[in-house]
Amino acid sequence: MSTVKIELKPHQVEQIKQICKEFNNDPGELINVLHKVQNTFGYLPAEIQELVASELNIPVAKVYGVVTFYSFFTMLPKGQYPISVCMGTACYVRGAEKVVEEIKKALNIKIGETTPDGKFSLSCLRCVGACGLAPVVMIGEKTFGRVAPESVKEILQEFL
Amino acid sequence: MANYKMHILVCGGTGCKTSESDMIAHNLRSSLQQHGLADDVQVVMSGCFGFCEKGPIVKVLPDNTFYVSVKPSDAATIIEEHIIKGRPVQHLLYNDPATGEKISESRKMDFYQQQYRIALRNCGFIDPENIDEAIARDAYQALGKVLTQMKPQEVIDIIKRSGLRGRGGAGFPTGLKWEIASKVPGEEKYVVCNADEGDPGAFMDRSILEGDPHSVLEAMAICGYCIGASQGLIYIRAEYPLAIERLKIAIRQAREYGLLGNNIMGTGFNFDITLRYGAGAFVCGEETALIHSMEGHRGEPTFKPPFPAEKGYKGKPTNVNNVETFANVPAIILNGAEWFAAIGTEKSKGTKVFALAGKINNVGLIEVPMGTKLRTVINDIGGGIKNNKKFKAVQIGGPSGGFLTEKHLDTPIDYDSLTEAGSMMGSGGMIVMDESDCMVAMAKFYLDFTVEESCGKCAPCRIGNKRLDELLEKITEGKATEEDLSLLRNLGQVIKDTSLCMLGGSSPNPVLSTLEHFYDEYLAHVRDHRCPAGQCKALVHYIIDPEQCVGCTACARACPVNAISGERKKPHVIDQLICIKCGTCVEKCKFNAVLVQ
Repeated sequence: MSTVKIELKPHQVEQIKQICKEFNNDPGELINVLHKVQNTFGYLPAEIQELVASELNIPVAKVYGVVTFYSFFTMLPKGQYPISVCMGTACYVRGAEKVVEEIKKALNIKIGETTPDGKFSLSCLRCVGACGLAPVVMIGEKTFGRVAPESVKEILQEFL
Repeated sequence: MANYKMHILVCGGTGCKTSESDMIAHNLRSSLQQHGLADDVQVVMSGCFGFCEKGPIVKVLPDNTFYVSVKPSDAATIIEEHIIKGRPVQHLLYNDPATGEKISESRKMDFYQQQYRIALRNCGFIDPENIDEAIARDAYQALGKVLTQMKPQEVIDIIKRSGLRGRGGAGFPTGLKWEIASKVPGEEKYVVCNADEGDPGAFMDRSILEGDPHSVLEAMAICGYCIGASQGLIYIRAEYPLAIERLKIAIRQAREYGLLGNNIMGTGFNFDITLRYGAGAFVCGEETALIHSMEGHRGEPTFKPPFPAEKGYKGKPTNVNNVETFANVPAIILNGAEWFAAIGTEKSKGTKVFALAGKINNVGLIEVPMGTKLRTVINDIGGGIKNNKKFKAVQIGGPSGGFLTEKHLDTPIDYDSLTEAGSMMGSGGMIVMDESDCMVAMAKFYLDFTVEESCGKCAPCRIGNKRLDELLEKITEGKATEEDLSLLRNLGQVIKDTSLCMLGGSSPNPVLSTLEHFYDEYLAHVRDHRCPAGQCKALVHYIIDPEQCVGCTACARACPVNAISGERKKPHVIDQLICIKCGTCVEKCKFNAVLVQ
């Protein structure tokens, strides 16, 4: 599991318990619970998984199994501006790979990493469904279409 | 639609929203306000019009003027010129690429002319967040007819006679599926809508849910009535926030109108729908995996039988259909089985929605009658290949499908013809490739996807695909031999034959079909260590043509590793030992002097 140990604050513990309760502490709602918890905290570190497991009365291994199975869940904190490059087929054939390379170069991080200042993190995702605008890059909530490798620096500038 | 004299529809699909269509609508409204026209003209955010390439789309009713590539700054012009002075804004009209003429009505455009919309009937016509508009276009009429005038078996018979087959990919007859679920005894049954559209490059289901969510809700209720279920679940990807939002609104409105919930339309029939979110796992499109995921488990498929119809969600009888399949149902009930069966081919009835994307001029969402030829879709609707390049292949069915080539262009699009040609219908992703795409690299792209998405439960898929991927890696690096090609083929066949679910069972298809149709290209990689498309980095060299180079130094200044040397105004040279093949020099050269070999 993750190497960084965190300590949940009492109000965070309360918040997570509240979310579990909203779903009646039903183990069948595990995925919905995790969605909501990740929405609130940004990621799902081991400590949170342990708490969710005890609230839903299921083994931690089961929660861990689910968290690691689905690509939407992450155990590492994302940057302030998470960058997702669409790697769907439409974006791929229109040059998404070059765009990723350019972002890696510009930020000096690999896919799945976060910049040391915690500002940006980089990931690839599968098809946001805006294939008409391929290649597509999402930074935070904002979507950029028809991104050319040359325009990467300019786009990142917006968030500096 | 109260007293409005005119309506302006602004596309609110994901693609157009990305291009600031929200801002366009906002500017249109404030311009109307300024001119005191807010009570005469209504601005509506509609679902996807389909013509994503030319988005954002704005359509003015009643005169049907279709504006393309609209910017937020164009809003005031549209109001001042078109709405007030009655003069369509010329520079926002569609330019017919063949004749150069301006076309203002969508039905006269090549893109729309060959289409036939059943599943997408309301997309781009209604405000998906307003149930009244859906009802004005016959939503919930089929449900009313079914509940008040028909017995469940009669409805099932209509669906059976219509010939509707599952649009999720496998093509199982929908009526038969319902009949099986209806005959399994049980008090508690479930209707599940599979909206886990995981194919990279496919956005059919998302567009239907964003543009016309009520068609799916209505069909699920009809299905519930037929099989004896009172609960419906929609399993939708968490990556589709807009579709989720619109579904939530639609469900709430339907409940308020008594079209979902207890005692629907006073008939005593109870049916309600809740949402379940996927979390990014392609395998969850497989129905047993989907059901496990809805129960809060890892989405791993299990052996069938028992089929979900006997033992599905929570161990109860469950009927799973795809979004597009459901969207067809109300139209079939209202227009009759014979109407639907008259469209399409002998064994594939009705229409199919495709997400057309890739190296094609008109990227978008299209719906064509079954039996339409691939050539029509690519050349007429799709407007041919981008930048006048040569067509090379079309990939249908996503990571499970196969590649089709020039010689298949006259293949009619239906379940059986596509399977026979070595591809499959799949859920409807259609990606077009041109001469600059390397087929080995494309096969590898799809296989990378499968390797990442394999749930890991069974060995052929988990280990076999990884080995296939490594072989492809070797080929793209020029390190493979001809023996590896036969190994590739054998291993692919073994994976197909021995995998538990369809994800594994179909995962080698992109490899096997490219091996079959583009064997020469594979041979060039292994024998000559050459990538004919110039895409495989390890196999290409960048050189500067001394005849073309004027010595402007643009490339040398841009080269990230200083591999280019030469004096000003004299031909430059690339040092192959330093070059990292990033391609920057090609992009920077204005004289086409950098050659890729």
